[in-house]
Amino acid sequence: MSADAHAAAHETHGAGHGHDLEHSHAGHGSMGGYLLGFFLSAILTAIPFWLVMGDVFRDPRTAAITVLVFAAMQIVVHMIFFLHMNTKSEGGWTMLAAIFTIVLVVITLSGSFWVMFHLNANMMPAHVPMEGMGGPGGMNEMTNGVSGPHGAH
Amino acid sequence: MSATPAAAAAKADPTTFYVQDEHHPENGTLLGFWIYLMSDCLIFAVLFACYGVLGRNYAAGPTGADLFDLSIVAVNTTMLLFSSITYGFAMLAMEKNGKGQTLFWLAVTGLFGLAFVCIELWEFSHLIHEGATPQRSAFLSSFFALVGTHGLHVSFGIIWLVTLMAQVGRRGLIPENRRRLLCLSMFWHFLDVVWIGVFTFVYLMGVLR
Repeated sequence: MSADAHAAAHETHGAGHGHDLEHSHAGHGSMGGYLLGFFLSAILTAIPFWLVMGDVFRDPRTAAITVLVFAAMQIVVHMIFFLHMNTKSEGGWTMLAAIFTIVLVVITLSGSFWVMFHLNANMMPAHVPMEGMGGPGGMNEMTNGVSGPHGAH
Repeated sequence: MSATPAAAAAKADPTTFYVQDEHHPENGTLLGFWIYLMSDCLIFAVLFACYGVLGRNYAAGPTGADLFDLSIVAVNTTMLLFSSITYGFAMLAMEKNGKGQTLFWLAVTGLFGLAFVCIELWEFSHLIHEGATPQRSAFLSSFFALVGTHGLHVSFGIIWLVTLMAQVGRRGLIPENRRRLLCLSMFWHFLDVVWIGVFTFVYLMGVLR
């Protein structure tokens, strides 16, 4: 049903005026769509600012997670109402490129944080693991004694 | 013999033409520009990762909670949000072939963008005046790199906008100018999306720490 209507609309537009550019991709939204998007994003901006400026949450971790969730919701709102993302425009290639980029962004961000915030744990020689790993032998006891204090600096 | 009814059925079905049309887009500019935006997104992802890693290394200097004034950031966010909706109005006016209206809403968008850049520059000068320069700490280096890159994008967007206003003023809403306006539309809304990440991750979470 909707495919037929779409095809018919496409045909009349093509006959109406020569340049097909503005119809070669999905539409640019309507006044209602823009206003709804603006309304939603205004709310989704105001709430996190209020949460932080009004000091609503005692626990900063809870506040940070809440604020991030609001940001994610607002990004989705912007993508739908302002960037007009859908699965149909350009034969689905815009959506595919966006999904690929999101995957890369997630890998970049989570990978960076994961590696960089575990560097200290992985690089710093500490007393307890050294003693745990050290087998029998004078050499190990020597390095324990010597490198322990140096490693701590 | 058996192929004839199938061919007749395909001819009668109007959706066949639609599907074929979808497989051959006449113009790849918008898709190409979208892919550029996605690569730009990766630049910002790297800058966000950099800030996320270095954002707590204050070097005994000022922290985000000491420096950031959230009311200014709220005003700035409002400016960018308004510029997004007014660019949307310009696109709607373009669809209705209203040249004067398109130019008017583009001008309003440019003014909101200019207000955003001016407020941000004022904030930067304020920070530098307080001694919070990019050289002060890793936190401030990554802060200025991330927020400065976004501000630079907005500044170039304004230059592009003024150029397009001159083009539309001289030649009207010809197909080439429509295509350019659509590209700038994506660029402008994309910058607003990046700013959501900036005000959340840098400013709001910077004050929380």
